[in-house]
Parts: sequence; structure tokens; C-alpha cells
Amino acid sequence: MNSDEEIPSDEVDSGNVSSSDDVEFPMEVESNTSREKQNEIEDYPYEVLSTEQIVQHMVDSIKEVNSVIQLPHTTIRILLNHFKWDKEKLMERYYDGDQEQLYTEARVVNPYRKSINAQKKQSRRSTGTEECEICYMILPSSMMTGLECSHRFCTHCWTEYLTTKIMEEGLGQTISCAAHGCDILVDDATVMNLVKDSKVRLKYQQIITNSFVQCNRLLRWCPSPDCNNVIKVHNVEPRPVTCKCLHTFCFLCGENWHDPVKCHLLKKWIKKCDDDSETSNWISANTKECPRCKVTIEKDGGCNHMVCKNQNCKADFCWVCLGSWEPHGSSWYNCNRYDEEEARAARDAQERSRSALQRYLFYCNRYMNHMQSLKFEHKLYASVKGKMEEMQHHNMSWIEVQFLKRAVDILCQCRQTLMYTYVFAFYLKKNNQSVIFEDNQSDLESATETLSEYLERDITSENLADIKQKVQDKYRYCDSRRKVLLEHVHEGYEKDWWVYTE
Amino acid sequence: MAALPRRIIKETQRLMAEPVPGISAVPDESNARYFHVIVTGPEDSPFEGGLFKLELFLPEDYPMSAPKVRFITKIYHPNIDKLGRICLDILKDKWSPALQIRTVLLSIQALLSAPNPDDPLANDVAELWKINEIEAIRNAKEWTRKYAMDN
Ligand SMILES: [Zn+2]
Ligand SMILES: [Zn+2]
Ligand SMILES: [Zn+2]
Ligand SMILES: [Zn+2]
Ligand SMILES: [Zn+2]
Ligand SMILES: [Zn+2]
Repeated sequence: MNSDEEIPSDEVDSGNVSSSDDVEFPMEVESNTSREKQNEIEDYPYEVLSTEQIVQHMVDSIKEVNSVIQLPHTTIRILLNHFKWDKEKLMERYYDGDQEQLYTEARVVNPYRKSINAQKKQSRRSTGTEECEICYMILPSSMMTGLECSHRFCTHCWTEYLTTKIMEEGLGQTISCAAHGCDILVDDATVMNLVKDSKVRLKYQQIITNSFVQCNRLLRWCPSPDCNNVIKVHNVEPRPVTCKCLHTFCFLCGENWHDPVKCHLLKKWIKKCDDDSETSNWISANTKECPRCKVTIEKDGGCNHMVCKNQNCKADFCWVCLGSWEPHGSSWYNCNRYDEEEARAARDAQERSRSALQRYLFYCNRYMNHMQSLKFEHKLYASVKGKMEEMQHHNMSWIEVQFLKRAVDILCQCRQTLMYTYVFAFYLKKNNQSVIFEDNQSDLESATETLSEYLERDITSENLADIKQKVQDKYRYCDSRRKVLLEHVHEGYEKDWWVYTE
Repeated sequence: MAALPRRIIKETQRLMAEPVPGISAVPDESNARYFHVIVTGPEDSPFEGGLFKLELFLPEDYPMSAPKVRFITKIYHPNIDKLGRICLDILKDKWSPALQIRTVLLSIQALLSAPNPDDPLANDVAELWKINEIEAIRNAKEWTRKYAMDN
């Protein structure tokens, strides 16, 4: 059955396509793309790489190993992938262990043994014909090809086979020989020689780079939709990184930057929110009723100070607690705080589970509230831009009105921090330090709401000079309070103050 | 209907010229991709003496993807479910375009000789096969007599 037995291969043919695989990794690499300058953000250096640069980076890694271990590039790529792109580990295993076993594990043929095979083939060269075991065509040997394992099929069938594997099964790293039960992997050069369709080539490239990025601890795709950049760090840490698309996220977990809460608690929280999606849908509903006249009110800005749209009512109330707005300005009214006294009373009155749910709802409500407000941030930037232009018509210079943009920046930072403080607080057990934390949170929350209110409604052309001072004072205050809160939490991490409930 | 690929024509011709012992596979008169298959229960198996009807269909992208095969005759087997679907690696991830109808049918025949209750498709059957093989084999013989010996 195996036509390979009798019919020798031809040297000039495409015989063993992979015998030419000392060529460089055949991905289309943009030449001379100058790598981005390293971003030095605080003390955490990282780079933003485009897809082309990632391919280049992969080629560089292969070359680096190649300068030590003289193996074909594809063999090194497959071996590196086997060791999750840990170069040290590969070299250690290569020099210390059983190399033959290493090749078997990674499912490649020993490239040194391969050349013996190739010689063997050359010795039985002829210009015959062979039958392809896939399409049953009888073809000249020059149209037949195969890997080191000597299973030969026609180039047309190979192309179709590879295309099916890549496009239908999404395979890239681990396409094995088309023969039944043969484990030998197809190398990059073979794929690129046989597949000419640019769509398939692109998909193959994506699969390879994706697995390179996913295997490599120091790399992470930017999670922003439609962004194809990769962040490359020197150490894996829970740190904020900002992509060229301006998305900022935590390198360790990929979520939006979430200081002060730690990755594992945030993960737990997000899972909880998903599991309780029905509840949280209800919470995040964008409308509420006016506590006085019951008219439905939609939240259309980030500020919590609501004024009822019903002209006969005009009640002032707080969006979060639905209480009257009036006491929110004074320090004794702790809207942002889950009052443990009250909670205990509620526990006495209601069953345990209900109280746990209410506790969760309390934190979730506030978390969602800030998230919701952040979603309106682009609206606020637009409206502030209008105000800045207006101010410039009132004899203020461009530089003089920049404070407004800065104010919105700080407002958004504060909301993002506040949002995650509720996740942190949800899992926090009460102690002396947690009380200080809640005071900080409360202080930042009320200052942030005031700043939000200034920006949303208080600026008119008449009171420019006055409001500028007020806004600047407030955002500086917010900024400093935010830093105080974060530093306090970080200090607590260092000194083991924080005890979690679960 | 699209022209039949050379592969299918040749494979069918060879299958007719050199049939597999104990297996008949005949293409449908109106659809050359559809085969009526009859497998003889292997000797020394609980399926001995039975004639099992199967259908085999070659999908559009055959041989890049595996043939679709199904038992029509009811059979008591840990790797074949109520609908006659077969749990066989070469019909799934281990398929290779270099395999053929012939190898598929031979593998199915081998599966009848050596059921594999550790990789089950029919869970209750596999369960019994593991905890009480004697009873399971009795059931298989019973089903063979009842469903595979009529004609
Ligand atoms: Zn072929
Ligand atoms: Zn092979
Ligand atoms: Zn990005
Ligand atoms: Zn994180
Ligand atoms: Zn009202
Ligand atoms: Zn309130």
C-alpha cells in the first residue's frame, strides 16, 4: 500500500521540503521596525509591541537559542514552545538530559538523524511516478513531498490538509504529518512553502504568535477589543500598563487597573457579580424613582446629586441612598459606608442569607455606581471642552483653561479608585485600620462628588474666576486624598493589617 | 451533483474488487457518497452470528474530514450509543486523509471483537460491562439474537 516503499524520491523534487528549513522563520516581518522607546512608568519598565514586532521578538528569541544550540529554526521554535519559551529551561534540558527523549517529548525528529534519512533517500533517486495515498492520483515524484518521517503525499493534498487544519481546526503549533498515527510535526517552512492563500497564511501567523504570547509569561495581549498590541514586561507584577491605544490595565490579571484591591479578590468579585447577574442587573438599572413623587428618573451624568425633573417636585436627593441630598455635605452622614451597627440590627431582624445579600448589594451598588459614572466620562470631556472654548472667548488663555481637563482626569481617576475600594471593602474584616480606610474612602467619595458637581453644572461664564479657584482647590484635594487612601492601603499590605472575610 | 473526486471513484472500485472479509459496503444507486454497509459479527464475540447494518457517508470535504458512520441495527456495545453513533478515535481527532473506508470498517469490526468500556459512549452499557461483564455479554448476545439475526 505504501508507495513510498518502492518508489524512491527525487533529489531535485520538492523531496523533503523541510530539509530547507534552515531558512529563517518565514513569517512576513516588517523590516527595520524600530522598537518603541521603553516606557518608564514609575519603576516598572515595559514595552508596547505591534504584531510585527512580536513576530520579530519571536525570531530574535529563536536566534538567541540558535547561537548556542545549532539546530534548525523550526526545531528550536517547537522546542521553545514545548518549554513555554523559557530559554534557560530548554538549554538546561538540552545539555543535561537525554536529547533523543527531548525530541520525542516535543514531537520533532532529531535534526541530525534527519540528514542521514535525506542521504538515504538521495541514494535511491529516480525519476519515477508515485501514487498519492490521499487523492489516488499517480503523479511524478517531483509533485510528491513529505517530512522527515518519509510519508509522502502530493503537494495539492498537503495544501488542502494544512488549510483544513489551520482554518477548520485552528491548529498551528501542532499540525502533525497527514499519515495516520504519525506524530511528526509540520514545520513553518513546510507550511509556508505549501500554503499560498494569504488568508490561511495570516491565520497561521496569528495562531503561532498567539501561542507565543500566551506561553510567554512576560507578554500579554492588550485586552482592549480590536487592539492587536502586546505588552512586554521584565518582571511579572500586578502593575498598571498603558497600551498605545491608551487602554490601561493590570499586567498580571488583564483587568482594568484596580488599585487598591488585589487581583485575586477582584477576580472573585467579578465572578460573584457574574453569578449574581440577575441581582446586579437589577442594581445597575439606570433608572430610579424620585423618593418624594415617584416619578421615574434616569441618571444621565456622573453626579449623585439628583434633582427631580418633575417641576412641581424638584426634590434634591442622593442617587445612591435615595435620601435627601442636604445632609450629604456634612461629615456625619456616611452614605458611602456600610454601617456595621445597622447591619447588625438587620441581621437580627432577618435571616442570615438575606443580610449577606444586602451587604453584597450595598457594595455592589456603590461599585456599579462609579462604574456607571465612568461610562459617562467621554460625555463630560466633551462638555468640558465646550466650556474651555467658551472661557477662551472670555479672555482666558489656552493654558489658563487647562485646569478643567485636569479636573476631569482627576475625577475619573478618583472614581476608578473608589470603584475598586468597594471591592476591597467588601472582603475586608473590621479592625482599627479598616476604620481608617473607611474614613479615607468616605472623605474621597464626598470630595469626588463635589468635584463632579462643579464640573457638571456650576460653571457659567459669569463666575469663571471664582469657579476656577474652587475647581482647582477641589481637584487638588481629591488628588491628595486619593493618594493618601492608596498609600494607606499599600502600607497595610506591607504591615499585614488587612484581614479578609473569605 | 458535483463530479465525484477520483479518490472516491478509485476507492470504491478497489473496495468492490477486493472486499474486506466479513464486510460488505455497497454505494447507493442514487448517491455515490452513501454506502450501505453490513458487518458480520466477529467470531468469538458476543456479536457472533449477527449481521449488522450500518450507513456510511462521505462528506463534501472527504478525505480531509472523516466519513460519517452509524449503526442502523440496534447493538449492545459500550462504545456505540442508542442512536448507533460510534466512539472511535479515527472517526474523530485521529482521522488522517490517508485512511480509507476500508480501514474505518476494519476498525469497527475490531471494536466489535474488543469493546473498550473505559472510553464509553453508552454510559449504562459501559458501566455494566465494567462491573458485571458476564451479564453485559449475555445482554449483547441477547440483542444480537433479537435484532441482528432476523434476515
Ligand atoms: Zn494527493
Ligand atoms: Zn509522517
Ligand atoms: Zn491596546
Ligand atoms: Zn490585576
Ligand atoms: Zn420628585
Ligand atoms: Zn447618599
